[in-house]
Amino acid sequence: MISIGGFLSDNRASATETPASNKSRGANITVWVKINSEGMITILNPSAEMGQGSMTALAVLIAEEMDADWSKVRVEQSPIDPKIYGRPGWGGRGYHMITVGSMTVRGYFMPLRQAGAKARYVLLKNAAMNWKVPLTELKTEPGMVIHRPTNRRMSYGEIASFAKTVKDIPEIPEMSLKRPGEFRLIGKFVPRIDIPEKVDGSALYSMDVIVPNMLYATILRTPVNGNRPMSFNEKEIRSMSGIQKIVPLEHGVGILGKRYEDLLLAKRSLKVNWSQGASAEIFDSEKILEGYAKVASSRKKRGHVLAQKGDADSALQKAHRTYSADYLSDHVYHAQMEPLNAIVAVNPAGDGAEIWAGTQSPTGAIKEVAQLLGTSPRKIKLHPCFLGGGFGRRSMSDYIVEAAELSKAVRKPVKLIWSREDDLQYGAFRPMCLQRLDAGVDADGNLIAWKHSIIGDGRRLLSSGAKTPYYDIPNQHIEIIGLNHGVRLKHWRAVGHGFTKFAIESFIDEIAVSEGVDPYQFHRQVMRNSPRALKVLETAADLAGWGRTPSDGHAFGISFAERSGSMAACVAEVSLEKSSGKIRVHRIWSSLDAGIVVQPDNAVAQMESAIIYGLSSVLSERVTFKDGKVQQSNFHNYRVMRMADAPEEIHVKIIDSNESPTGIGETGLPITGGAVANAVAALSGIRLRHLPFTPERVKKALES
Amino acid sequence: MSIEFKLNGSRTELEQPPQTALLWVLRGHLELTGTKFGCGSGLCGACTVHLDGQPMRACITPISAVAGKSVTTIEGLSKDQSHPLQKAWIETQVPQCGYCQSGQIMQAAALLESNKNPSREEIVAYMNGNICRCGTYLRIIRAIKIAATELNEG
Repeated sequence: MISIGGFLSDNRASATETPASNKSRGANITVWVKINSEGMITILNPSAEMGQGSMTALAVLIAEEMDADWSKVRVEQSPIDPKIYGRPGWGGRGYHMITVGSMTVRGYFMPLRQAGAKARYVLLKNAAMNWKVPLTELKTEPGMVIHRPTNRRMSYGEIASFAKTVKDIPEIPEMSLKRPGEFRLIGKFVPRIDIPEKVDGSALYSMDVIVPNMLYATILRTPVNGNRPMSFNEKEIRSMSGIQKIVPLEHGVGILGKRYEDLLLAKRSLKVNWSQGASAEIFDSEKILEGYAKVASSRKKRGHVLAQKGDADSALQKAHRTYSADYLSDHVYHAQMEPLNAIVAVNPAGDGAEIWAGTQSPTGAIKEVAQLLGTSPRKIKLHPCFLGGGFGRRSMSDYIVEAAELSKAVRKPVKLIWSREDDLQYGAFRPMCLQRLDAGVDADGNLIAWKHSIIGDGRRLLSSGAKTPYYDIPNQHIEIIGLNHGVRLKHWRAVGHGFTKFAIESFIDEIAVSEGVDPYQFHRQVMRNSPRALKVLETAADLAGWGRTPSDGHAFGISFAERSGSMAACVAEVSLEKSSGKIRVHRIWSSLDAGIVVQPDNAVAQMESAIIYGLSSVLSERVTFKDGKVQQSNFHNYRVMRMADAPEEIHVKIIDSNESPTGIGETGLPITGGAVANAVAALSGIRLRHLPFTPERVKKALES
Repeated sequence: MSIEFKLNGSRTELEQPPQTALLWVLRGHLELTGTKFGCGSGLCGACTVHLDGQPMRACITPISAVAGKSVTTIEGLSKDQSHPLQKAWIETQVPQCGYCQSGQIMQAAALLESNKNPSREEIVAYMNGNICRCGTYLRIIRAIKIAATELNEG
């Protein structure tokens, strides 16, 4: 007898029915908006919700322009159809449903306000026809259409009960959209829609979805990327309790059964002989970094130029004083709290599938699974779930394709769960790199030459954040020298900005101090021709009270960065335990210019989040390779920030703006490295130039 | 073996090998998926439940260890998000991705059971085993303070 305390579990999904959609009946006002006769409004959300809050922000955009009563708004996931639900891509190319790069709110800002205005138009048009009055005599209040001459009123729910589809809805001219002063929802506090179900355990992640007749699966993957399983103790594993199927894959061995815990035992006993010869086998973090330094010095390999201005080499030769420093950074891991997992049900014919997954890239996942099955993407249905963190890792579809391969082999629904060890050791990391910076100042202390070379694996992942258009330096040369050893790399929150801005901001600080100038004033001098950036920096400095004397044993460091079109700055207050080398960050004062901010409290939450994520990477996070194998395995040796190490206070000042929105979710991250390094330098004179600043490294630097 | 225990107030009996982790029993067999799998090694706190009122990591608790005892999961904390911590969590807009929050709330609930008015230092010391990768720590501290105030006044 099983009794489970009377709780209903609504996490059961069937392979023929969508768990979330079609709950609400009512008129389809537009492709984005449905209203039922009670006036409940359903707005579709096209983005992945991974904690950044865009499912609420996007609904706010539509609700604002359609003049909806927010208390009646519900949000459902939209179908995966970029032609209808996508946002304009980079440089205006195509339409996309990929939730990355802090693109969502800025990309949808105008399209969804337009969509909201169109929904309002449909409601007005239907009311006008019903009352037989000209549309121009109507206005709206939240949830209500009003005939101005007679003051007659009709709710959106009433209209929905008779509303007819309007063909050829006209584009609403931008001047007819609300002006910022008229906003009721944008820029106000609107509680996030997903929060209530995240306090009682009912929010559904793909980890929680149960499909009838599904098998669980685990995979033992190659410890060195690129090697393949040659043979394994199949007989022994097959005889173990609960093992239903073993599926060899290109990069590992899959084990399937009814009970996940049986698979964990079997996996422990699985012995695989791996092929040899993958290029990643020689990857040893320390040696590879030494190799990067040799590349930087030899200058034989030509770099890919990212920015070129004036003549940096001759300006360096002519400079009154020159500076040079190398900045290093190790690999870091996403460590999203929900380990990767997906459920895929390939149909008996093998030419179609249903997917339940939390993914930043639903279209990518559909395309890759369709390719695997040799079928059309139209035959793949994806049910998006909440993401227990994304941070770039879930923009890759490897975990979904694996589940599809296993389901293809057994023609049953398969729920593949990565263990934390799998998630870390088969991770796709922010690349390690070496950055060489050279600069020259003239006799008056002006920065006149700037050279920045980034050497590492990872190509475009390395170049992010290298350019500094807000700094007025007449001669610049910025380049990447890309290598490829075959380790797995991927976008990680703020991509390369985490290490490039750390190097740039540390170097600026170092030059300022050597020139005998206050780092804040030196920053102001270099960014004097960028008023927006200057204001961001000054706001953070004012918030912190820059210039005041810190308490005993504490020091301040300042840093500025742009990311995804936004700008941020911060001042960090740190102390240092000399005996252990442990850095403590006590307080952060930060500023953010992100244009119009749709959800201000959520923007503050995202700054807090990115600052803590950033500090975590700056102080302790480190993946190292030995012979191509990842050395860390779980949270005991991959250390992410815990509560005791979080700053006591994080202050965020959002700068008022009527400019178009820019990205927020990553902008707090790139400012952390420089601010901490610069504060430590102010405190001890030591320049920390290798991320992360682990106690061992700091102690060593203090002793030398 | 046959194991009997109380789960969220109701008598529960099931057949399981004694070493099976409570987490897989809750999630896989009883379909109570509010308790999360995060690390499998007692390192992150996402699977925190109460065993006779004490916070426990379900991922490293064998099912045999709960025989005859009382287990409370996030689903049993309240029926309607009415626990002071749940209300404070909503008011403070704590969760982001939300995946760790069942564990955070269960850990915090155990704290308030044993300490009605914890100081900041006591909160940090008690909560330090629960990782939140979205970095909601400062809001968690604020929410626990708010809930403590409600409990003490109410």
